[in-house]
Formats: sequence, C-alpha cells, structure tokens
Amino acid sequence: MQKRSIIPILYILFLLLPIYWLVAMSFKTTGEILSGFSLFPQTWTFDNYRVIFTDPTWYWGYINSIIYVSLNTVISVVVALPAAYAFSRYNFLGGKQLFFWLLTNRMAPAAVFALPFFQLYSAVGLFDTHLAVALAHCLFNIPLAVWILEGFMSGVPKELDETAYVDGYSFPRFFISIFLPAISSGVGVAAFFCFMFSWVELLLAKTLTAVAAKPIAATMTKTASSAGYELGLLAAAGTLTIIPGAIVIYFVRNYIARGFALGRV
Amino acid sequence: MKTVNQRAWFFVAPVLLLVAFNALIPMMTVVNYSVQETFGDNLFFWQGVDWFEKLLNSDRFHAALGRQFLFTGIILAIEVPLGVIIALAMPRKGFWVPVCLVTMALPMLIPWNVVGAMWNIFTLPDIGLLGYFMNHTLGLNYNMTQDPLAAWITIIVMDVWHWTSLVVLLSYAGLVSIPDAYYQAAKIDGASSWSVFRYIQLPKMKQVLTIAILLRFMDSFNIYTEPFVLTGGGPGNSTTLLSIDLVKIALGQFDLGPAAAMSLIYFAITLLASWLFYTLMTRNDAR
Repeated sequence: MQKRSIIPILYILFLLLPIYWLVAMSFKTTGEILSGFSLFPQTWTFDNYRVIFTDPTWYWGYINSIIYVSLNTVISVVVALPAAYAFSRYNFLGGKQLFFWLLTNRMAPAAVFALPFFQLYSAVGLFDTHLAVALAHCLFNIPLAVWILEGFMSGVPKELDETAYVDGYSFPRFFISIFLPAISSGVGVAAFFCFMFSWVELLLAKTLTAVAAKPIAATMTKTASSAGYELGLLAAAGTLTIIPGAIVIYFVRNYIARGFALGRV
Repeated sequence: MKTVNQRAWFFVAPVLLLVAFNALIPMMTVVNYSVQETFGDNLFFWQGVDWFEKLLNSDRFHAALGRQFLFTGIILAIEVPLGVIIALAMPRKGFWVPVCLVTMALPMLIPWNVVGAMWNIFTLPDIGLLGYFMNHTLGLNYNMTQDPLAAWITIIVMDVWHWTSLVVLLSYAGLVSIPDAYYQAAKIDGASSWSVFRYIQLPKMKQVLTIAILLRFMDSFNIYTEPFVLTGGGPGNSTTLLSIDLVKIALGQFDLGPAAAMSLIYFAITLLASWLFYTLMTRNDAR
C-alpha cells in the first residue's frame, strides 16, 4: 500500500458518508429519529420500506419513472444512431452548424423551458403522460447520444464500410450486422448516459406530470412538505432511487469517462 | 476524408424533428412573452424591449447573476484541482481500479432532488450526522437555515461531493492513456515528480480537463434542483441562484414577460459557453 492511496480513500469516505446517513435513517423509526442523535439504528425497522412497497402512490412513482426513462432511452438511441453515422461519415450542407446547435440544447438550462414545455405538451394533449416526459427529455438526451455515438463511430475506420459495400452488403444489412457490433460499447455508453440523465432530472418531469405519470422524485417532494416530517420514509425512498444507478454503472465502469467526454477521449 | 453526401440529411431528419419540436417551439414562446405584457385572460400588449431594459437595470437580477458567478467560480476553483490531485493518486491497475471508479461515479447517478434531500438530512442541526458533529462535537453554531454563510458553505460542499468525480474520471482517463515508456524516459533523465506532472501528465490531461471545466461551468450555471431542495434559495435570498430566481418569477409570481426576458439573457450566456466548448473540442479533434 502506497502512501498516496490515502487521498482516494479519504475522498471515497467523504462520498459515502452522506449516503451512509441516508441508508441508516431509512432503517430507523420516526420516534428514534426525532428523539435524538444515534450513529446506528438502535431498533432496526423495515416499516419505511414496507410503506413504499404497499402504498400505490409510492410504488407507482418508481414504475412511472422507470417507464419514461426506458422510453426515453430507446427513442434517444434509436434516432441518434443514423444521425451520428451521418455526422461521422459525411460532409453535408449545414452539418457542422447542426452538430453545434444540437450541443446547445444539451447545455440549455431546464428552468428556461419549464413553462413553455407545460404549455406545449398541454396543447398537444400529452400532459401527464409518460410519453410527454420521455419526449421532453429528448431535448438534452438526443444531443448527448449523438455526440457520444459520433465519437465512438469516428474511431471505427472508414475502410470497414467500404469493404462491406465491395462485398455486396446493402446499407441496412451492413449497419445492423457489421457496424452495430463494432460500436456496441458506444451504444451501451450512450444508453447508459440517456438513462442516467433522464433518471436524475426532476424539474421537467415534475412540470409535465400531475397524477398518472408522476415520477418518484415528485412523490418525495410532496411527502417532504405535506405529511409532516416523515424523515425515515423519505430516506427509504431516497435509498431506493440510488439502486438502479448503482446496478447499471457496474456495466459501463470502464467507459464512464469516455461518455462524459462525449465520446472524445 | 469525409465524403460529401447531401442525402445524409435523411439520416439526421428524425433527430432534427424531435429536438426542434422540443427546442424551437418553446423558444419562440419565450421570445413571444419577452416582448409583451399580460394581465391574464390571454390578453397581451406589445411591450418592445422594456423588459430587457428593466431587467438589465434591476438590482435583483444583478444580485442573482452575481451569486451565480460566485457559486460557479468557487466550485470550479475547488473541484478542478481536487479532481486532478485525486486522479493522480488513484491506482492505475489492479483490483481497486473498478472499485474506485464505481464508488466515485455513484453520487452522479442519484436523482438531483434526492441529493438535496440527502444533504438536508445529513446537515440537520441535532439529528444529522454533519449537523450533530459541527454543533455538539466541535461546538460550532451551525444552522444553514438561519446563517447565510453556513448555507453557502453547505451548497458548495454538496456540489463538490456531487460533481468532483466528473473531473476525477476525466483526468484519470487522460492519465491512463500515457504509455509507460514516457515515465521510464523521465526516470532515466532524473526528472522530478513536478516536472513529470508539468511536462508529461498535464499536457496529456489538457483536452479532458478542458471538457471537464466547460461541462462543470455550464452544468453549475444551470443548477436548480439541488440548492432548491436543500435551502429553497434562503435564508432570505442568500442562495437564490439564477435558475431559482427565474422559476420564482415565472411560476411563483407568474410574471411571464420579465421571466422570458431573463430566460433569453440566461440562454445567451449558455450559448456563448457552448460555442467556446465546441470550438475547443473541434480544434482538439483536428489535431
């Protein structure tokens, strides 16, 4: 063990402390939380989790979130694939400007769009549906997916395409049976990042839903303000939102940096 | 070289359609509001550039913009050097690499309002781990709902907790791309660890660090949910950053005109930053 290992260890400890506290809180009874400070739960209780898994307003929050996140990931990656191919292989009129314009949407502040989005999706009759949130999240996820995929595709030599055409492959067949497997890790990373940014975003998801498609995050904010001060319940709900991210991140651990660099490391 | 092919437009058409629907229509709504005044009932009056003039002269906007730049400046000054130091100290191979990568990425995958709620629970004066430690072990008087300075320190520590890993992961990706031969050559030349950093590691990290800094600049400039859940912009207006103020005006007071004008100015700043990002990125690609 080298001396400098102490720095990452301290940093990881700092990262885990608030998470530990959230998890510890979720196993405490409300009485214990309010009666004073305790480092570990004195009387372990699973009541908070039982409430979440039996009360439909709670568990539907999770189901709603997972539905619109999955829907958004599929839409974003599917439409981004051909576009990223075009950007990485062809020069076309306005292509560079278009590529830049896409990026500006990734950087746009969600707060700017909250109100117009509410009016737009109400006008087209999609308000309070999973599709509305999935489409709204396309605003920042499609540009992200296009940039990441373009980065990965540019790493594949052009000779691959040319050889396939010489061998008599049609474009769709080449794309699906040769090109996609060659960039499969890129597709995985793009899907992961779409999943992630759709999962963590709340402002738009909350603005576009009322009852039927309400995300778990909105259920939490409502509980925090209305049902008194049920910290244990809030902590349990928070703990459960960490789990999907923790599972999927394991699969892309070696590509996370490349994803954040928009495919350009 | 890329071939010229105008039919590429068919490939980008679906993306164009979906993003334009989400970006252009709402943007036109915002432009529309920014030049009109409304008293409800869908009655609108032409207002010209009044809102922009009022906004650019208003103390409230200056204060929010100032707080925003202060916040972004502080978190960049902390997260970038800290991230580089941690990346340099991380193991390069072996069992601990995936463990480090996964635990470090964990905070970034937590929904933003949960991050706020988590830090709220963490810092409660008598019940939270940090709050209890500060008040009862160190004997400080720490209460972020009353003390603006404590609120500022808390949102900064929260952002450092949340996003330093982005800088770490990107710098680390730059570092592992350096071939061992470089280090061996430096060793033969008897280079100090400072010159190894200055002439080998830093140049390799330059591109990823540019990306990290610009992403952190823009994302922290757009930050809304975490400080809103943690402090609600308070105490008073002390942590009301630009986004929080914008939502207060638009959805709280329903002053659509001023809010729209503010949105456009806000958007112009982000656009400028995006352009910088794009230029630096494509310049790096070309090399």
